[in-house]
This record gives sequence, structure tokens and C-alpha cells, in this order.
Amino acid sequence: MMIQVSGKKTEVENGITVMQLMEQQKVETPQYVTVAVNNAFLPMDCYECFSLKEGDAVEFLYFMGGGCDGAEQ
Amino acid sequence: MALSSEQLERYSRHIILKEVGLRGQKKLLNAKVLIIGAGGLGSPAAMYLAAAGVGTIGIADADEVDLSNLQRQILHGNADVGKPKVDSAKETMAALNPDVQVITHHLFVNAENIMDLIEPYDFILDGTDNFAAKFLINDACVLAGKPFCHAGIIRFHGQLMTYVPGKGPCYRCVFRQPPPKNAVPTCREAGVIGAMAGVIGCMQALEAVKYIVGVGDLLIGRLLTFDALDMEAHVIQLPDNPDCPVCGAHPTILQPFDEGVVECDLK
Ligand SMILES: [Zn+2]
Repeated sequence: MMIQVSGKKTEVENGITVMQLMEQQKVETPQYVTVAVNNAFLPMDCYECFSLKEGDAVEFLYFMGGGCDGAEQ
Repeated sequence: MALSSEQLERYSRHIILKEVGLRGQKKLLNAKVLIIGAGGLGSPAAMYLAAAGVGTIGIADADEVDLSNLQRQILHGNADVGKPKVDSAKETMAALNPDVQVITHHLFVNAENIMDLIEPYDFILDGTDNFAAKFLINDACVLAGKPFCHAGIIRFHGQLMTYVPGKGPCYRCVFRQPPPKNAVPTCREAGVIGAMAGVIGCMQALEAVKYIVGVGDLLIGRLLTFDALDMEAHVIQLPDNPDCPVCGAHPTILQPFDEGVVECDLK
């Protein structure tokens, strides 16, 4: 089936879960990535069990620090 | 307030823009922007805001310039190594534009000082490198009703979003709480391409200028991500989060607090 991942059309297996998609997409540290499906945040405990449907739009939102790279706070 | 002939010339490329004009330039000259972190993101943001004639620029940082900073922190030069970053930042901005009053805050932001720190400013830029500070800045800005622009960079990636009180979700709506220490890679460990700080820091400056002048669409309820390897920008629509502990319907965070975990490992 076809879904959208980060705005790009992506062919995936029917019924793929969010966690399986994250593995396929080589998402680093998935437990610290916020996921939105069809413009709604997905609770973290649903990544394993939430199955995606044809046409779903998935977004991964990553923690990004960086910036001043100073000493410890 | 009338602009001097020198100011008319200095800001002529702004004034000629129909979106800015003389009115917008005067707004910039009367504006107060605080930049937290005089590093990779804060450097280009501070320089463009100073050049733009933002009348008062506060710069907060507790650090001294380190040789490893110079690959991307363009506020600082070789001769500044060892100097407080805020002092080096002030010299650079003053050299760019004498119209700008630079206020240095030689400190680390914490729950004790942040409300007083942000109070005089119209807009705040988060140029910090660690998640405890990012969440602290978010919470304080939500509680004080201050608009701010979050940004982060790592490797060849960058992201930013803008919070304006009552207009859209906050940083905590999206990211909930800081990750445990060392759980996600940092620039120190993973590296960052220097020009990425320039791209994203400049976008933060753009957001501040747009907010002050009152033009365009800010990144409210949107997270812009930029990938320099495939040279693609992507904008993610951010859903509202009514359960957000700081800006939601039933907030549980009623004053700023220091997060127990620190992302940035000092080795
Ligand atoms: Zn929120």
C-alpha cells in the first residue's frame, strides 16, 4: 500500500505498524521520536500496535539540540 | 522618531521593501530581542538582527569561547578564544551597527533567573544546546506570554518552530519532556556541519524580524525541518495538544523548573 512518510510517497506492506515503519526507515532512538499520523500525535505506547492504513500521512519529529555547544548547564 | 540620513541609507534595502518600509524599520529599531546562547545558532541570528537595526539585543551565555566553537560560531574569532562569549558577541554586534544597544547576560538560564531575564524582551530566540534549557525556555515563555523561536541542529539536519501565545502549540506540546541524558546524539558526539547553524540561525532571525514587523506567516503550529544532504526542507503541521502540561487546558506546570536530566555531556 502507499502511504506518505515525511511528505514523501512510500510503498509499504499492508498493515505495517508504526514501529516496523520506523525500523524500515532506520529511525534512530525511536522511543524518543514523536510520531504524528494524519496530523494527530500518536501516544508512544501505540508505536508497536498501531497499524497504518492506505494513504496515511506519517511524520517523525526528532529531538534536536545543538546550538551553542557550551559547557554543562 | 525620525530616522537620521545615515539610518535612511543604512536601512534603505529594508525600507524599499513594501512589507517593511519606514514603519517596519522603526518597529525594528524599537524592538527588544533576547538571544539565549551565543553559539552556532545565536551567532548568525545575532549578527543579522544587529545589522537589521533591532534596537536592543540581549545575549545570554555563561561560556567562554573555545577553539572548537570557531567552526560555526561566527560571532567569535581566533582572538576571542578564552573570552566570555557574551563579550565577544557584543563587540561583533557593536562593530556591525552602532544603532544597536547590546545587553549582555553572562549566565546560564535556570528556573531562578529566567522569568526576570525574558521579561523586558519582545521576542526570544532559543539558541541553546541542551534539552533542559530548551524546555525551560519554552515553559517560561508560555508562562510569561512571550513569543519565542525554538531551533535545533545536528549533523546535516536542522529544525525550527515558533511559539506565539494563544496562537498554536508549544515545544512541550510536541516533545513532552527531555530525553534522558545521552539518549539522543548531540552535536558534540555526532557533529554538525557549520553552515547548518547559519541556515537555521538565520531562519530564527527571519522569524524574529517577521514577528516584529508583523508580516508573513510565522512557523506557528509548524515545524520546519531542513536536510542539507538532499537539500530538502519539509514543514510538518503540528496538532494542538490540549493535554500539554504547560499550555494545555489543565496545566500542571505553573512555574518554571529545572529539568533533572541534562542532554549535553561534558567530557
Ligand atoms: Zn504546549
